[in-house]
Amino acid sequence: MSKARWIEILLVISIVILGGWAYQTRQVSHTNQTITAVGSTALQPLVEAAGEDYAGQHLGTFVNVQGGGTGTGLSQVQEGAVDIGNADVFAEQQKGIVPSRLRDHRVAVVGITPIVNPKVGVSHLTTKQLIAIFTGRVTNWSQVGGHHQKIVILNRAQGSGTRTTFEQYGLNGHRSIAAQEQDSSGMVRQIVATTPGAISYVGFSYVDKTVRAVSLNSVAPTNQNVTTNHWKIWSYEHMYTGRQPQPLATAFIHYIQSAKIQKTLVKQLGYISISEMKISRDGHGTISQVGSSHE
Amino acid sequence: MNPKLSNRIAISVLYVISGTIIVILAALLGYIIISGLPAINWHFLTSPARAFTSGGGIGIQLFNSFYLLILTMLISFPIALGAGIYLNEYAKQNWVTALVRTAIEILSSLPSVVVGLFGFLIFVVQFDFGFSILSGAFALTFFNLPLLTRSIEEALAAVPNAQREGGLALGLSKWETVTHIIVPAALPAILTGVILSAGRIFGEAAALIFTAGQSAPALNFADWNPFNMTSPLNPMRPAETLAVHIWKINSEGIMPDAKAISSGSSAVLVISVLAFNLLARFVGKRLFKRLTAS
Amino acid sequence: MNNQLKKQLLKRSKAAKLERLGKSVSFLALMLITVTVFAIIIFVASKGFSTFFSNHVSFVDFITGKNWNPSVTNAKGQPEVGALPMIAGSFIVTILSALVATPFAIGAAIFMTEISPQRGAKILQPVIELLVGIPSVVYGFIGLTVIVPLTRSLFGGSGFGILSGTCVLFVMILPTVTSMSVDALRAVPRYYREAALALGATQWQTIYKVILRAATPGMLTAIVFGMARAFGEALAVQMVIGNAALLPTSLVSPASTLTSVLTTGIGNTVMGSLQNNALWSLALVLLVMSLIFNLVIRLIGRKGAMSK
Repeated sequence: MSKARWIEILLVISIVILGGWAYQTRQVSHTNQTITAVGSTALQPLVEAAGEDYAGQHLGTFVNVQGGGTGTGLSQVQEGAVDIGNADVFAEQQKGIVPSRLRDHRVAVVGITPIVNPKVGVSHLTTKQLIAIFTGRVTNWSQVGGHHQKIVILNRAQGSGTRTTFEQYGLNGHRSIAAQEQDSSGMVRQIVATTPGAISYVGFSYVDKTVRAVSLNSVAPTNQNVTTNHWKIWSYEHMYTGRQPQPLATAFIHYIQSAKIQKTLVKQLGYISISEMKISRDGHGTISQVGSSHE
Repeated sequence: MNPKLSNRIAISVLYVISGTIIVILAALLGYIIISGLPAINWHFLTSPARAFTSGGGIGIQLFNSFYLLILTMLISFPIALGAGIYLNEYAKQNWVTALVRTAIEILSSLPSVVVGLFGFLIFVVQFDFGFSILSGAFALTFFNLPLLTRSIEEALAAVPNAQREGGLALGLSKWETVTHIIVPAALPAILTGVILSAGRIFGEAAALIFTAGQSAPALNFADWNPFNMTSPLNPMRPAETLAVHIWKINSEGIMPDAKAISSGSSAVLVISVLAFNLLARFVGKRLFKRLTAS
Repeated sequence: MNNQLKKQLLKRSKAAKLERLGKSVSFLALMLITVTVFAIIIFVASKGFSTFFSNHVSFVDFITGKNWNPSVTNAKGQPEVGALPMIAGSFIVTILSALVATPFAIGAAIFMTEISPQRGAKILQPVIELLVGIPSVVYGFIGLTVIVPLTRSLFGGSGFGILSGTCVLFVMILPTVTSMSVDALRAVPRYYREAALALGATQWQTIYKVILRAATPGMLTAIVFGMARAFGEALAVQMVIGNAALLPTSLVSPASTLTSVLTTGIGNTVMGSLQNNALWSLALVLLVMSLIFNLVIRLIGRKGAMSK
């Protein structure tokens, strides 16, 4: 055998030995302590940050958080492929999901506000005007008290939680006309900020000085108004599990619902804490005072 | 118009066209690098990303991108090379070959999000690899194979037939001719193909969102045991790459310095590709000299 | 002794064994790709066809309908899944960007192979490779921050639309078409050039009358590849085209492509539901359209090869 062949054999043997040694000395504690949460990209930062905290405190656990969209999250948790499905909407609102096979865990509340380009000259609207704008009956800002400027409507993608909530509670169930669509809040804000005459809607945490939040029927979009339901366009952030969730998944969701996370991370990320809500709403839009119905 | 004049006009038009392309690239690069450079420093390149506070970096994402690129190349290059050799050297010109070629062309025109979802259902769910580098590498292999196969086949086809005849005349078998004469002669062209596809892999986001995942758990860079969860070498860990990171920041980023991070990451991405190109070019030249004794 | 010699002669030599091994390994690699492609096609087709077979949407309505609203049913009790706006959008953007990119790509390719090979290899080659290296996310981002405002200030409208999409796609497919055209031109035998020049043709006459004709099939393939890439490109186009499921009325009105609707919608739908199946039908259309493109160009290529 040639010298090169000998070196090859030696190399293979040493790789196998190294691999075996690495396998023997791996940290065994990591193996079955992993949970996977998939779904809403809006909820992802919160779960990710909470997951890191949780893993830091409970050594040997690992929380794997992925985006992919509400639909993906719900269908994967229904299939049993993942432990937790993050969703912006109630499972009842998502076609193709059997809500009775899932268990709902609400972890935060997000308020949604219409935003406009700062140069349109409008800072408040009535629900009627808003519906007229999004159904295409009003096409110029001067018709609702603004400058002479064509209205450019920008929607979230069909089926996105933000759009579903906005059409249900902001447009009273009317559907928006076909218009531009974007599939993320950051992109919507950026386009509204740079496009003259643009109007869209985002979660409160995305509002900054480049766009103007619009108050509706003289109610300002504030966290305070959401907790009392005076501001009606809001939704829960859900973490769905199967009917028999993994103990680690339940423990992790309880951790997110705990006062510690609700007071720190949830606030920092621009959500409204679940414990501050004075009312609660179910999947059919029925409102009840907190205390009278509690899950 | 006399031929001399039209010759001169045509050639100057070609100069203008080539010049325009260079200007377009220069403008693009200039824009990316100038807007991204202020954000780049050692801290940015090495520290982990932060979800919602400023001051995050891209260290893990950068490492993931390179690791994923290497794994994908390890998987897809041998397959593409084999397929390219068979198509160019062995395949008969009949309808089966034509069908296979069409299939490859179709694969290359599939939107990457479809490839990503296919990879998700097959590798992540069916084979239970989970959101991992390995799933990502397989999905990218699908995505990479057609282009790579095509460019390898073309590189082989560009080698003059005299070389094949020479090899066979010397009593070499066809396979020996291919491996010892044709492939080395085609190496620079093959390498160009590899670089081109490496660039595509490096920047691919849509196919990875559902396979390698969108989160980059903290890594322990002192732990090189590939079986540990926090080891950088573990192929079974979820790994957000730089391109996915840029996509994520642009779409849902809520950190205050999202814009700086995204332009900084874009600049790093482009600079890495540049560095990678130069390196591959250098290695290719050395290799060509050694293998062909020229 | 004789027997041993016979054995030795009849035994497969080492080279022959290697030959068989090499051939089968490379064949296996090719088969692997083919099987994968067919797996993906069957996968997409089974998902895409279920809109028509399990959800009973009429195929004609799907192709000619102008309203895309899969979660809403229309007066006839059928879901609104009209894909015409997206199909038109995809077609227009792809063809326009290929039209713009082709002269640039072929011009650059001629420059690199015929006019100035040295400068071509030193400057243009790296430029082309770098253009490929810029990821589509970055292209989209630049489109959004540079091209869209530019379109808006030049032509009015919101800036989102087919024109911006074409601009971005033009730059994105340019390297693919160029590098493949270069390959096609390089494959033209040297004696073609020498013969033409020896007959007294100028350089341009040689290029135009001889080399380009000989390389036509190869360059057509390059263009299809570019179009295929434009067709399948999702993220960058999605960021600049506006994603409005409306039939495009002008180059600057918001439109949508098959890929942009597919990418924005796929995460928001549930596997197996009508909404999800309708999106897979779009992917199927994408597949079928690229197949048709391939076949058409193949025919053209064959004709070109014969008249050569």
